[in-house]
Amino acid sequence: MTPRMTCATQPASPATKPMFSRILTSALFAGAAAGLIVALLQLVFVQPVLLHAELYESGELVHFGAEAVSAHPELPGMFSDLTRDGLSVVFTMLTYTGYALVLVALMSLAEAQGHPVDGRTGVLWGLAGFIAFHLAPGFTLAPEVPGVAAADVFARQIWWWATVAAAGVAMWLIAFGGNIVSYLVAAVLLMAPHLIGAPEPDVFTGPVPTEIGALFAARAFGVGLVAWVLLGSFAGYFWQNEGKRVEAAA
Amino acid sequence: MTTQTQTASTARAGILSAVFAAALGLGIITLAGHVQASALHDAAHDVRHATGFPCH
Repeated sequence: MTPRMTCATQPASPATKPMFSRILTSALFAGAAAGLIVALLQLVFVQPVLLHAELYESGELVHFGAEAVSAHPELPGMFSDLTRDGLSVVFTMLTYTGYALVLVALMSLAEAQGHPVDGRTGVLWGLAGFIAFHLAPGFTLAPEVPGVAAADVFARQIWWWATVAAAGVAMWLIAFGGNIVSYLVAAVLLMAPHLIGAPEPDVFTGPVPTEIGALFAARAFGVGLVAWVLLGSFAGYFWQNEGKRVEAAA
Repeated sequence: MTTQTQTASTARAGILSAVFAAALGLGIITLAGHVQASALHDAAHDVRHATGFPCH
């Protein structure tokens, strides 16, 4: 009798605290760990392509000029600008912590509906996150190398957020909808932003060779896929682990 | 009745926690990836390009 009375008089707030701290703790661990690995991958695989493109953006190299240009110029070496690279590491970890908070929040809602997540199923969550946050907007607004022509940044950002939201809802419907109507709605949500079209530049003015632009987009997507698979798996793992710890402490 | 009330309040607390965490996450993504203030833009420049955000 006594325990039941204790339960009845408990306010709602104590239940909020362990749940919120469980989300926050797992997201911080997952975001920091995935972000750090991804930052290093970006520095090794993406940054050299970006630095190469900047030689054309700044006019130091000119494509289709009077003379043919070597495809292998002298690039600043790895870690040549520690402040710049350090800021990139910090902001990558920050960005992936933001992604992790969204991802783990959704994992908690799924678990409440009877769909538990762990490190293994987290991989699927990561793939869905990659599609929603990276592949879907990048399908039309391809990852931009510095120096490309583009429409107004604010208009592109609005299109980016709308596309991410539509694709995110679509991923949830595909995973948990479970009927033909939700699959059809998901397909419409995935295609609509691209059929409507993103803000495009009026004219092409980009000075960067197409080879560098294509390599940059491929590298950005490749590292992004690895990043999200790691993030999803880490998020699922820490979410389960934190759940066990909270239970043990209760 | 007591158990039902408690389950409902736990579920509500769970949803509130998820909404607040997601809002915090979206705020961080906006700050790191989208805000155009020049100091923030310059510091996050390479990450914005590599992560596929519209940069400038």
